[in-house]
Amino acid sequence: MAAPDLPVISASGLDLTFQTGDGPVHALKDVALDIHKGDFVSFIGPSGCGKTTFLRCIAGLEQPTGGTLSVNDMTPDAARCARAYGYVFQAAGLYPWRTIARNITLPLEIMGYAKAEQSARVERVLELVELAGFGAKYPWQLSGGMQQRASIARALAFDADILLMDEPFGALDEIVRDHLNEQLLALWARTQKTICFVTHSIPEAVYLSTKIVVMSPRPGRISDVIESTLPKTRPLDIRDSPEFIEIAHRVRDGLRAGHADDA
Amino acid sequence: MRNVSPVLMVVAVLLALWYLAVPVMNIKETVTQLERGGAQVVPASAQERRGAGHFGLVAKNTFAIPATFVQDRPRLPAPHQVGAELWDGVVGKKITSKRSLVYHGSITLSATLLGFAIGAGLGILLAVGIVHSRVMDKSVMPWAIVSQTIPIIALAPMIVVVLYSAGLQGLFPKAVISAYLSFFPVVVGMVKGLRSPDAAQLDLLKTYNASTAQGFWKLRLPASMPYLFASLKIAIAAAMVGAIVGELPVQGGGLGNRMLTGSYYGQTIQIWSALFAAAILAASLVALISVIQRGTLKRMGLS
Amino acid sequence: MTYLLLALILWLALWALNTRLANGPSSETRAVSLAIPLIFGATLLAIWELVVRGLDVPLVILPPPSLIAQTFATQTAILWADFVQTFVKGALTGYVIGCAAAFLTAILVDRYALLKAGLLPVGNFMAALPIVGTAPILVMWFGFDWQSKAAVVVVMVFFPMLINTVAGLGETTAMQRDLMRTYGASYAQTLTKLRLPVAMPFIFNGLKISTTLALVGAIVAEFFGSPTLGMGFRISTSVGQLALDMVWAEIVVAALAGSAFYGIIAAIEKGVTFWHPSQRT
Repeated sequence: MAAPDLPVISASGLDLTFQTGDGPVHALKDVALDIHKGDFVSFIGPSGCGKTTFLRCIAGLEQPTGGTLSVNDMTPDAARCARAYGYVFQAAGLYPWRTIARNITLPLEIMGYAKAEQSARVERVLELVELAGFGAKYPWQLSGGMQQRASIARALAFDADILLMDEPFGALDEIVRDHLNEQLLALWARTQKTICFVTHSIPEAVYLSTKIVVMSPRPGRISDVIESTLPKTRPLDIRDSPEFIEIAHRVRDGLRAGHADDA
Repeated sequence: MRNVSPVLMVVAVLLALWYLAVPVMNIKETVTQLERGGAQVVPASAQERRGAGHFGLVAKNTFAIPATFVQDRPRLPAPHQVGAELWDGVVGKKITSKRSLVYHGSITLSATLLGFAIGAGLGILLAVGIVHSRVMDKSVMPWAIVSQTIPIIALAPMIVVVLYSAGLQGLFPKAVISAYLSFFPVVVGMVKGLRSPDAAQLDLLKTYNASTAQGFWKLRLPASMPYLFASLKIAIAAAMVGAIVGELPVQGGGLGNRMLTGSYYGQTIQIWSALFAAAILAASLVALISVIQRGTLKRMGLS
Repeated sequence: MTYLLLALILWLALWALNTRLANGPSSETRAVSLAIPLIFGATLLAIWELVVRGLDVPLVILPPPSLIAQTFATQTAILWADFVQTFVKGALTGYVIGCAAAFLTAILVDRYALLKAGLLPVGNFMAALPIVGTAPILVMWFGFDWQSKAAVVVVMVFFPMLINTVAGLGETTAMQRDLMRTYGASYAQTLTKLRLPVAMPFIFNGLKISTTLALVGAIVAEFFGSPTLGMGFRISTSVGQLALDMVWAEIVVAALAGSAFYGIIAAIEKGVTFWHPSQRT
């Protein structure tokens, strides 16, 4: 466990170059960022800016070609094997042959939790994502929003301190998305987790985050880091406040600046 | 090229295993033969050898190993023996000779192709009927599906004999079996293909007020091509099996007949060479359809 | 002549009935969907009977269905013995051994990229070949009894089963694999919890194709030599004696066994892969 003043995730000089048929692609170049315990960090930028790649590096799913990256003072690979984080993908990716409850026990089975412990945890996380009573259903019997909530429950089940989320609500409609954003904030407040959240949507990033990382493409890099001045408790209508609109402006300017270099 | 070397490696390993298996499979007969020729073998009496294991015999009679590769009627012929027989049968004999594999192969091939043409043609026609007629769909389609689970090939000897007693012989009875076997895969595949256009594509044609015939030629038929070719590959392999099995009860030649006479007279090398000839023929036919498929789909912009 | 006329009238009448049923309001109900093909099948049988009688077709060319049914009913002892010999001993044994061997090989092949790159094209090639041609060789090696038939069946079902299983094991999406990696799952855990369930529809496809191949292999192998027992043996000897009613009775047994075998595997598939979109409707 990292001390409160030390960063949970720390990157400096991070480079990642893919070799493709058309020559090397610089997915990440010289990325430096510290994320502290309890932060809610959003990564925003156009496609190809490396936001998902950076998240995958933190998760140990991609190997950086240069620089240093530590998660809980370990290498990302070691952190992955120590089950330091839960990962939520763009699609729910629930296994259709398992019920919701059995989907949530999947990581617990793999990590070797006892049977009784497994069902206690399932009950608890289902309640956290407001799906209590749906444990016996199959994923294909639920709506898209409910499936995504189940996949968040799956990531929460084994008590990792870090939650990595890759555009988890990207495929959902606006109304469901608003609802889930509200729920996610409540969940974050209750569990005190560190959350890294990749998104395309400026309002979503501003509404959720304590820190917004604006990224730009070719090569993928950080062009701005914005500390949010919004209070921790945020009703949905905070999005009409002048403060919110101002932060959104800054994010939009940052995105434009990133784009201007390419022309 | 990257994809070829592992395949070659696997083939080489299989060939090596085959060569290793030859002494083990043939040792008993070889040792008996050598003993009759006056050689000292271990164990000396036939009685003891009967109970002995194949591996043990090989280990005790290492001098006999070379002889296992040149048996006249081996239990397992060596690859080079089969290769030599195959080469001799294809190139070394006049094509009119009863021992030429080209002669037998062409008999099997013509039955296969005739049967395949009839079966695939009728199959496509029936599929068109099924797609356009509700009553045909409901009546015939379940039987077409069920018939795929039935070992139709059991009919083969009967068809040959019945057609013979009806005065038909030679190519035609075998072609009937081939046609029968290639018919159902084509029906099922083609119906699937003709039904593959989705609702949006069909609705688009409806907005143009297109006729059924226009819908068939401009949408359903082109859309069915990938399915058709997939089922044609299955069908031609099935047609070949049909022709070979159809040749079993008749004396007219063909690769199937070659295998049966080989098995009657213990001519194992003959069986193996006929089997490989059939394999090469079947593979070439499937490859030919693949080539046509690639060409057609490329021209249609589907590949 | 009256028989032929009757056949014609029957055909027209029942086809008209089916047309009405198929285009009628209740054509999508289960009962009607089942009734239409059954009526069609019964029509064909009736016409077969009437035409054979009407034209006095000799028994050695085509026996009427009534005679086949009679033979079937009176010869049950022989038919049962043949069924046990060919289906239970030959086909079923070979099916179990062949499918199990192919399944284990597939898992091995899937584990090593080199094996997969090398063995899969060979397997694809083998699956298209007339493998039934190995029957004379295997009969020579394993003797005339059911063991050689089982061996032919093993060789016949092996490659289709192998290809389908390997294809199924490769069916996972990148996201599903990443998920297992984020859990730090081992190879065995990924195999049992993710890849085998995903592969199930493919594995069952291989199992279903193999049911027919097993019966074909067992019957054809008997044409190359068998004890005086078995469906293939009975068919080839009865053809020689021109006892076509017996041949047809064996074909009925083969058809029933083949579709029942397929049906059982399909029913198990429905239970195992209930979650797959193709099974959900």
